[in-house]
Amino acid sequence: MSTDTEVATGDPAATAGAPGAAVTTSGLSKRYRGGQLAVDGIDMVVPAGSVYGFLGPNGSGKTTTIRMLVGLIHPTSGSLELLGTAMPGGAVRVLPRVGSLIEGPAFYPQLSGQANLARVDAADRTADPATARARIGSALERVGLLHAAGKRYRAYSLGMKQRLAIAASLLRPRELVILDEPTNGLDPQGTREVRGLIRSIAAGGVTVLVSSHLLAEVEQICTDVGVMRTGQLVFQGTLEALRARGARRIRIRTALAGKAAEVLGTLGLADVKEAAGEVSAQLGERAPEEVCRELVLADIPVAGLDTPRPSLEDLFVELTGEGFDVGG
Amino acid sequence: MSAADAAVAARARAGRRPSAVAAWFRLLRSELGLVFRRRRNQALLAVLVVLPVTLGIVLRLSSPRGGDGGPNSSLLDQLAGNGIFLAFLALTILLTLVLPLVVAVVAGDSVAGEAGSGTIRYLLAVPAGRTRLLSVKYTAVVVFGLAACIVVVGAALAAGAALFPVGPVTLLSGTTVPLSEGLLRVLFITLYVAAGMAALGAIGVAVSTLTEHSIGAIATVLVIAVASEVADNVPQISAAHPYLPTHWWLSFDALLRSPIDTTTLLHGLLSFGVYAVIFLSLAWARLTTADITS
Ligand SMILES: Nc1ncnc2c1ncn2[C@@H]1O[C@H](COP(=O)(O)OP(=O)(O)OP(=O)(O)O)[C@@H](O)[C@H]1O
Ligand SMILES: [Mg+2]
Repeated sequence: MSTDTEVATGDPAATAGAPGAAVTTSGLSKRYRGGQLAVDGIDMVVPAGSVYGFLGPNGSGKTTTIRMLVGLIHPTSGSLELLGTAMPGGAVRVLPRVGSLIEGPAFYPQLSGQANLARVDAADRTADPATARARIGSALERVGLLHAAGKRYRAYSLGMKQRLAIAASLLRPRELVILDEPTNGLDPQGTREVRGLIRSIAAGGVTVLVSSHLLAEVEQICTDVGVMRTGQLVFQGTLEALRARGARRIRIRTALAGKAAEVLGTLGLADVKEAAGEVSAQLGERAPEEVCRELVLADIPVAGLDTPRPSLEDLFVELTGEGFDVGG
Repeated sequence: MSAADAAVAARARAGRRPSAVAAWFRLLRSELGLVFRRRRNQALLAVLVVLPVTLGIVLRLSSPRGGDGGPNSSLLDQLAGNGIFLAFLALTILLTLVLPLVVAVVAGDSVAGEAGSGTIRYLLAVPAGRTRLLSVKYTAVVVFGLAACIVVVGAALAAGAALFPVGPVTLLSGTTVPLSEGLLRVLFITLYVAAGMAALGAIGVAVSTLTEHSIGAIATVLVIAVASEVADNVPQISAAHPYLPTHWWLSFDALLRSPIDTTTLLHGLLSFGVYAVIFLSLAWARLTTADITS
């Protein structure tokens, strides 16, 4: 079984050989028939070999983008390439190298998990029926569903359904795996397992595009992120680049918080916040040591000083807006 | 292991690529498995066994000579002398509603069912190919329609043989042919009716591509069939009758005459073929351009 467990990992040579990006879109837009502009001219680049976190609140256009990537819906304008092949024209050639989970699991309730995967595999004109059993078995094993292989899909729990959908995307060696909210409905344990699974997929050299509306959920596994807001890609880059975007603040612990706040104000620092025994402000272009000297010159006892960066979650909320900011 | 070796190994584990034809038949097998293993469809086939048998028993118990001037009277008269006529009677009666219903259920569900449950997006992302999926779906509908006709005829022949005498067949035109030729004519009639059901199946598949609700698609197909049958009985529009999708279904009795009325049969087959081509084209145009958002 040891070789079989590797069946669903990618073809490293092919991935490494593909120059540039696994996914590129340019000016990609989708207006649904209802008149809804769900995706608004996004230029997306998913570097080959990356784990790309595709983030955004509900209704921001993640699923719509993914549907266009796998050719389920036609772009209203713009173009896209998967693994260097233009879509949707090259779908037949390129999609067998792409595994996908789109908008939650959907299978035949009367069939077992195994039979459902056999159905999906039968639809693949490039899959060898002789190896189907072994490939289905190893895909089920990878997602930890081997024990429930013969159970009817109807009787699966939500987590099991989700795993079966991931297994379906791992039926063949892939170069790109697209997972739309793979942790939807999973408990914290299940979420962690899916994260581990994504790591193991990526370790085989496979590019992974994983969508989520929670940054915290994918932060630990992503190398790159794209952030959607009401149909637009408001940020794209490496996780470090996202972190670096955060405006640094200066935080001073002092007994004379009120006076310290005044000094920070006269120094021209923005967003001065005062709390008991503590005052903070945006650092801007000032050096922290300069601020410290001014405070000491103003006879303010500085008990402590640091320059924290905002958490990624804060940045994410700043990018996507707070609360139920549902697009459209 | 170098990257190239890894690639070779990965390809070896993935197996070799089958031919396009073999892959198509693999998907068809999968589709037929889904259709024939579905409880609902099995129940429909069971009904198609029960009805001809019940019909035979009822006719055996009542006087088989009860037919007096009704449209089936000649078939009814013949039944007393030969059980084989139960097959023709059963087809004639079931063609008014039950057989179209069975075909409507499977055809109406074909695409709409997958769209409603969302499984179609997984098939298309594989990619199954939209044209290829449609061809497999329609083939499965045709096979199921043929199976339905065979079940009706098979059950009717068995019940007819058990309940009535069997022997040389006296045709509607008065000539008598040996039993073997009679059975051969039964086979051709079965195929002819199955062709009519295939045309209805094409309408059903086309309707099925328009919605995510299979019940709606099934009902629509059934309404089309019944409306056509009603229109076929309105003498004021008799000029339009030959163009109705159901008009030629019962023309299978052309095979019960000697010589066989081939003109009528060919008209019927032409009508079925035209309906199939038109509605499959519509289904194809719809499915290959539709946004799959279910
Ligand atoms: N089939 C459809 N017809 C019309 N509008 C749609 C359709 N599907 C989605 N939309 C609209 O497009 C916008 C983007 O939806 P989409 O499903 O892509 O968001 P999402 O980022 O995947 O959200 P979520 O996190 O809730 O899954 C929403 O405003 C939604 O209402
Ligand atoms: Mg979504």
